[in-house]
Amino acid sequence: MSDMPKIAVLGAGHMGPIIARVAVEAGYPVSIAASGDPTKIALIAQVLAPGAEPLWAADAVADADLVVLSMPVHRFTSLDPELVADKLVVDTMNYWPPIDGVVPMFDEPGYGSSEIVARRLSRSTIVKTFNHIGYHELDEERQTAGSPLRRALGVAGDDPTAVDTVAEVVERIGYDTVRLTSLRAARILEPGGPVFGVPLHRAEFERALHTDAITVREGAQS
Amino acid sequence: MTTTETSQFPLTFGIDTFGDVTEDKNGRLVSHAQAIRDVVEEGVLADQVGLNFIGVGEHHTADMPMPAADVVLSAIAARTNKIHLGSAVTILSSDDPVRVFQRYSTLNAVSSGRAEVVLGRGSSIDSFPLFGYDLSDYEQLFEEKTNLFAELMKGEPVTWEGKTRAALVNQDVVPHTEAGPFPVWIGVGGSPQSVVRAARYGFSLMLAIIGGHPARFAPFAELYRTALDQYGQAQLPIGVHAPGHIAATDEQAREEFWPHYRDVITRYGPTRGFRPPTPESFNHEVGPHGALYVGAPETVAQKIAANMTTLGANRFDLKYGIGGLAHHLLMTNIELYGTQVVPRVRELLAAAPDSG
Repeated sequence: MSDMPKIAVLGAGHMGPIIARVAVEAGYPVSIAASGDPTKIALIAQVLAPGAEPLWAADAVADADLVVLSMPVHRFTSLDPELVADKLVVDTMNYWPPIDGVVPMFDEPGYGSSEIVARRLSRSTIVKTFNHIGYHELDEERQTAGSPLRRALGVAGDDPTAVDTVAEVVERIGYDTVRLTSLRAARILEPGGPVFGVPLHRAEFERALHTDAITVREGAQS
Repeated sequence: MTTTETSQFPLTFGIDTFGDVTEDKNGRLVSHAQAIRDVVEEGVLADQVGLNFIGVGEHHTADMPMPAADVVLSAIAARTNKIHLGSAVTILSSDDPVRVFQRYSTLNAVSSGRAEVVLGRGSSIDSFPLFGYDLSDYEQLFEEKTNLFAELMKGEPVTWEGKTRAALVNQDVVPHTEAGPFPVWIGVGGSPQSVVRAARYGFSLMLAIIGGHPARFAPFAELYRTALDQYGQAQLPIGVHAPGHIAATDEQAREEFWPHYRDVITRYGPTRGFRPPTPESFNHEVGPHGALYVGAPETVAQKIAANMTTLGANRFDLKYGIGGLAHHLLMTNIELYGTQVVPRVRELLAAAPDSG
């Protein structure tokens, strides 16, 4: 167990504690941090993610092999890129103006939110996943490998080794993975896309991505 | 254990509405004014059939023209004697806590102590641009304004300073309540910080469960109880707000509710993140593991009793009415809920073994 990668979850809102819980249950050493004093989230960690250690963000990150970003995008804008420099960062966030309001950093048509995250965190390696599954579902729909009920999630990034590392975590947590080879391609995982919030098995997931990609291409030609 | 929690407070049952515009007999939408008058009639009926609460939720859209819930509640107050009257929710983030206190303290006076307030951070976001607030500030807005509201509820002159509103110095805010504070709840959709915040201020917890298995929220109830203990607060009521529709038979309830539910969820999907419902997803939500309380009185009563037990809740507010569903069907819903469902839930919960 000691060689399992250490996971730091940044964010104690809707999604963060759930990710922390499922990661703990998959056997990973997990810490969780919000924007301030860890005593403020100690209770949330204790009840919603037992086994995850509440820490200051800097302490959580310092020791972590994977840093999971589960904060609202407007909070991300004030995250110091130095905090996660040289880290493998898992971006689970979505930019969704009707819910979050317009966040200028992310309001750039033609770019996916993870591309913007990667540009901002230029010294980190970014992998996108978990953004297209609801926080309740992430907990409830876990299945062991080989189960016919097992749902697939996309894992996307520009660095194939990093994608493999994160995909292994996603699989151990309880999901099949469909790997996408760039953050640019990860735009297909975003709100309004064909797999966002949809429970799909791996073959269905791949088909949905493929069908949509063809539609996009044909649309561009016409 | 959860049954013990449930029995700690009296069971109360209410209805909530967002003031959805209804359709007339010819399938045409009624006017905003008519829709509002209909809500008053629904509140009066709720009182007559013995329900404990009607909540009116602040909305600012053409299909839910309900921005001034307290005015509507005041009209209901004038025609009723027993039923409690409250918001469901008041979007505190884009309102002024002083005005919210004043309006509901006035309602409390008019109704001889029947006002309640359910405060929300605002998942219905239309009020933010309307009143000049930035959505990305919602956390700070809600935290600060809840803090001021808690000060106001103490009933003494208030000294307060924050970033979202002018400071107050030893300010007496009127009208004073007659018999201590009226009940204040915080409505929570999925934010654990909001759960902890409710406990910190000693406000009751109203869980809005509008999708998926209600048991998902059991950890939130546990978080709330643990947080109350940690903050040295006495245990407080936990309520559930959930959508539904009751008719004579399961089939009739589903047939009446489904087309409106489908249209509303499909319409709001792109901005709220809902997938368009299918007959299969609807069946799931109506079933024992879903969030909708749609069916005959016995079906709905069984589901309410089961979920109140799971969550240790002592209050259940049925959010009735949805996008066009006709007023006369809503009246039948309210009547069946008050005369058949609630007595049956009380019976079921009384019979449940006390495992405490």
